[in-house]
Amino acid sequence: MKKSVILGALTVAGLAAGAASAATLDDVKARGQLNCGINTGLVGFAAPDANGEWSGFDVAYCRALAAAVLGDPSAIEFVSLTGKTRFTALASGEIDVLSRNTTWTLTRDVDLKFTFLGVNYYDGQGFMVPKDLGVTSAKELDGATVCIQTGTTTELNLADFFRVNNMSYEPVPIETNAEAQQQFLAGACDVYTTDASGLAATRATFETPGDYAILPEIISKEPLGPLARHGDDEWADIGRWVLNALIAAEEYGVTSANIDEMAAEPTDNPEINRLLGTEGNMGEMLGLSADWAVNAIKAGGNYGELFEKYIGENTPVGLARGLNAQYTDGGLMYSPPVR
Amino acid sequence: MTMSSDAPKESFRLSMLIYDTRYRSLTIQVVALMAFMLAAAWIIDNTLQNLAELGKPIEFGFLSEPAQYDINQALIEYDNQDSHLRASFVGLLNTLLVAVLGCALATVVGVIVGVLRLSKNWLVARIMTVYVEMFRNVPVLLWIVFFMAILIESLPQPRAFRGADPEASMLLGDSVALTNRGFYIPEPLFSNPLGDLSVFGAFNISLELLALVGALAVSLFLSGLVKKRADRIQNETGIRPTTWYLRLGIVVLPLIAILIALGFHLGNPELRGFNFQGGIHMRTSLIALWLALSFYTAAFIAEIVRGGIMAISKGQTEAASALGLRPNRIMSLVILPQALRVIIPPLISQYLNLTKNSSLAIAVGYMDITGTLGGITMNQTGRELECVVMLMLCYLTISLTISLVMNWYNTRVKLVER
Repeated sequence: MKKSVILGALTVAGLAAGAASAATLDDVKARGQLNCGINTGLVGFAAPDANGEWSGFDVAYCRALAAAVLGDPSAIEFVSLTGKTRFTALASGEIDVLSRNTTWTLTRDVDLKFTFLGVNYYDGQGFMVPKDLGVTSAKELDGATVCIQTGTTTELNLADFFRVNNMSYEPVPIETNAEAQQQFLAGACDVYTTDASGLAATRATFETPGDYAILPEIISKEPLGPLARHGDDEWADIGRWVLNALIAAEEYGVTSANIDEMAAEPTDNPEINRLLGTEGNMGEMLGLSADWAVNAIKAGGNYGELFEKYIGENTPVGLARGLNAQYTDGGLMYSPPVR
Repeated sequence: MTMSSDAPKESFRLSMLIYDTRYRSLTIQVVALMAFMLAAAWIIDNTLQNLAELGKPIEFGFLSEPAQYDINQALIEYDNQDSHLRASFVGLLNTLLVAVLGCALATVVGVIVGVLRLSKNWLVARIMTVYVEMFRNVPVLLWIVFFMAILIESLPQPRAFRGADPEASMLLGDSVALTNRGFYIPEPLFSNPLGDLSVFGAFNISLELLALVGALAVSLFLSGLVKKRADRIQNETGIRPTTWYLRLGIVVLPLIAILIALGFHLGNPELRGFNFQGGIHMRTSLIALWLALSFYTAAFIAEIVRGGIMAISKGQTEAASALGLRPNRIMSLVILPQALRVIIPPLISQYLNLTKNSSLAIAVGYMDITGTLGGITMNQTGRELECVVMLMLCYLTISLTISLVMNWYNTRVKLVER
């Protein structure tokens, strides 16, 4: 009798399950809030400002997405995640989109079942050392103690780099950028390695940034970008095109300053018109309002504006556009046509 | 129709399941069990179905793939081309290492503090009270981070040992270096090594260690025989022969002989390149975790020991001193054997707590099994459910083993009623 009870229970349970994974867009709209995963704190990319509001380059993408979907760039629940917790949070549905300096790799795309929405920063892994260590090249680091954020691609690159160059090292695994900073400054490790942008951002917060040097070697390709779960292509499309809209806006000269004027009536450039919803029905195709891109760009500005505001050369982080310039300026930023 | 009380001939009706007190509790239990199984089955089925929908059915093949990451403290041979399974095993050994070290130190500190807290010396007793209250009332995670911060910030970097007039110098005749990357202590070396014994081709055990452990076991057994003989003579004649030098010799001499035969000497750490090389490197993360876990748990053990001692009635002490026993013999022969009965059961749960708390290791970057299997492996492979289930099974196995051993010890020391 007991057995039949168990079997019966299993059948009922089998029927009860199944209705899972509804459309993320509907969930977000019903919730009236976007759950966005960000860094636990990396100056320029995601850090709380003086008012306790999250701001930064990665945060700005969340705001643009929330503005495009909900019309309100502040309708966001930010979930700060470490390198270790981020994927579980995304896979489990705790967040709708992850915008946290995450490298696009084949394994993550295919095996971890995520969909990358594009690249918002082309980066590479670098090394930072105190200048008085007298090291000028990463090839001189044999036997060094290296601080490394655990659960990142940098951890694997580091292992490869030292193995290929027949050098040994002592890894000191660390959870967050803040802890890494503490250990590095105290000299518990000789070297801190992470994405070059992260190194620049971290160095910007040091008391004496001039005492630390970033070594010339870039040992990996780290295309960073936002990502969503597999299985909801409509949501992934929205995320991808919000990013593209920001990049395209810079290309066409649409800025947060002139956007109201440009969106008021059709301009001479049909590409801008389609982007801003004065022509065609791109918003409707995405399942959003016609002014989705207008809202997204208004939230903080176009891609170039965001870059200059948070991590550009006039900020403490001080990153040059480099690879992240528009393709028209010799960079890699290239939005497919809005058509 | 008359009913006789001893004739339950009434046929069974379905309503009796509810209205008959003989069956009612059984009915309730069966219904509750069914509801519970239904809930469990639903959760499991839902999980499996959602995972399948996500394209991530449960499978454990990832364990044999190369881990690709390095682990700083590996007790067995490991490099980044080894499998995730081996990386997990390295993590497991690290967990066991800190658990064993922690339980040992916590017991020693705990017993000393517990006994001293009962001291008649006002100052000593109060200091111990302060220690206990301070440690057990602050979360252990904070203690771990605190110890780590102290070690990192207060100790010198290896670089400080360099140069003609270094800021820091090594201790104990240049054999020990305390740095903020860990403690470097001399390592035992053998000039006539015996080699390694490969266990299932998975890892190596040094034969020197085996020889020493074997010799020690044999000597302890022989020493036990000497003790038995002394006991017998004491029972027969009332006079206990002095055997301590004999027993000491039996234990120590063979060990010394083996060490000399193997050419035992100590290898001192030396500053080469960025770090000290040679010697045993006890990393800051291990020391911080070990000390924090030990002192935290010791505060609880101290209370358990104090409670155990106080549970023995004063009459026992008085009776023993009336027989002419001296205070330390009263403690070791009368009080402690009885107190152990009270102490052991709660002590088991403290050992379990310490072992489980060691999973906070990631806070200081100590690569225990939570850091390898439940951390990097889980993160790089995206196999959350599999990793967490395996992790739970590991901790469950460790905990049950500790319980088993301690329960066996408990039955040995518990009061035998005749």
